[in-house]
Amino acid sequence: MTETSARQDWIDGISVMLPLIPGVLPFGMIAGVAASEAGLDAWAGIGQSMIVFAGASQIAALQLIADAAPALVVILTGLVINLRFAMYGASLAPHFERRSVWMRALIAHLMTDQSYALSVTRFNMRPEMSKAARLRFYMGNAGLMWVVWAAATAAGYFLGNSIPPDWSMDFFVPLSFIALLVPSIRETPMAAAALTGGVVVALAWTLPFNMGLFAAAVCGVAAGYLADRHFSQHRKEPN
Amino acid sequence: MDAATIWLCIFAIGAGTFALRFSFIELAGRMALPESMTRALRFLPPAVLSAIIVPAVLRHGPASDLYFGIDNPRVAAAAAAALVAWLTKSVVATLAAGMATLWLIGWMIN
Repeated sequence: MTETSARQDWIDGISVMLPLIPGVLPFGMIAGVAASEAGLDAWAGIGQSMIVFAGASQIAALQLIADAAPALVVILTGLVINLRFAMYGASLAPHFERRSVWMRALIAHLMTDQSYALSVTRFNMRPEMSKAARLRFYMGNAGLMWVVWAAATAAGYFLGNSIPPDWSMDFFVPLSFIALLVPSIRETPMAAAALTGGVVVALAWTLPFNMGLFAAAVCGVAAGYLADRHFSQHRKEPN
Repeated sequence: MDAATIWLCIFAIGAGTFALRFSFIELAGRMALPESMTRALRFLPPAVLSAIIVPAVLRHGPASDLYFGIDNPRVAAAAAAALVAWLTKSVVATLAAGMATLWLIGWMIN
């Protein structure tokens, strides 16, 4: 492993995150605005983005704080929204085996929808990537995400939401996930998983605590797994 | 809520979220995950990506309900983006196609 290619892994990791930043900024700013409206001081307002580092959960918790909900309700709501991270961890784990406990803790803390999706789609497209290269690629994109998230929250806290809503900057989020999803569907079971996830989330949208997303992930995985078993049985059985 | 309770909430959500993120990474570091589980988890990225995309496309604003009408400009913009993603596999081209379509429709409506 030469030094140049190691540096290239970092650069690759950072540069894949760059197009996702326009979508991350408005959400970070919303978290900053919500923190200031809920009465958090600047340390807590920006600290929550560094410590919790999970947008939907932070915004829901801050709204409950603003509504003077009991602390236990705030905490449980903030946690239930993040259940999906356990699944991301299971999915990422094989790529980061045999790391020290501190490195695994850092990998875990930096996990987001964006870093998970960017990294796992890249690892699947390039199975020849070394374990060391995977770690550098992940740290590059996840580390940048953490810095951008904290900075966007600080900007929202101090400046308010200064991006005009007419620009539809939030639309960068689904677009960047479309850019990751579409090329990764190379077999029917993958399409079954995506289709099921999309239909279930639309049906389950009214469920509280982001449970629609969690239900969609579970159902989509089940659909993909069943479709995969169905097709591999058909391939095995000679007619 | 006073400052101490706010910090309690932040640290409790932070610690619990860390536990969720770390649980399976730590477990898989100690023992091999069952084969059926690793096979099933291959389908997590498409399922979860799709589940993040769909509500973000079917909503008009960040906090509103889903809107299934065909006259939602975000649906056309997402379809254009998906086509470009399929043809080019480029993130930047996909973002450009989707945003250009959305802004163009918005400009034509107004």
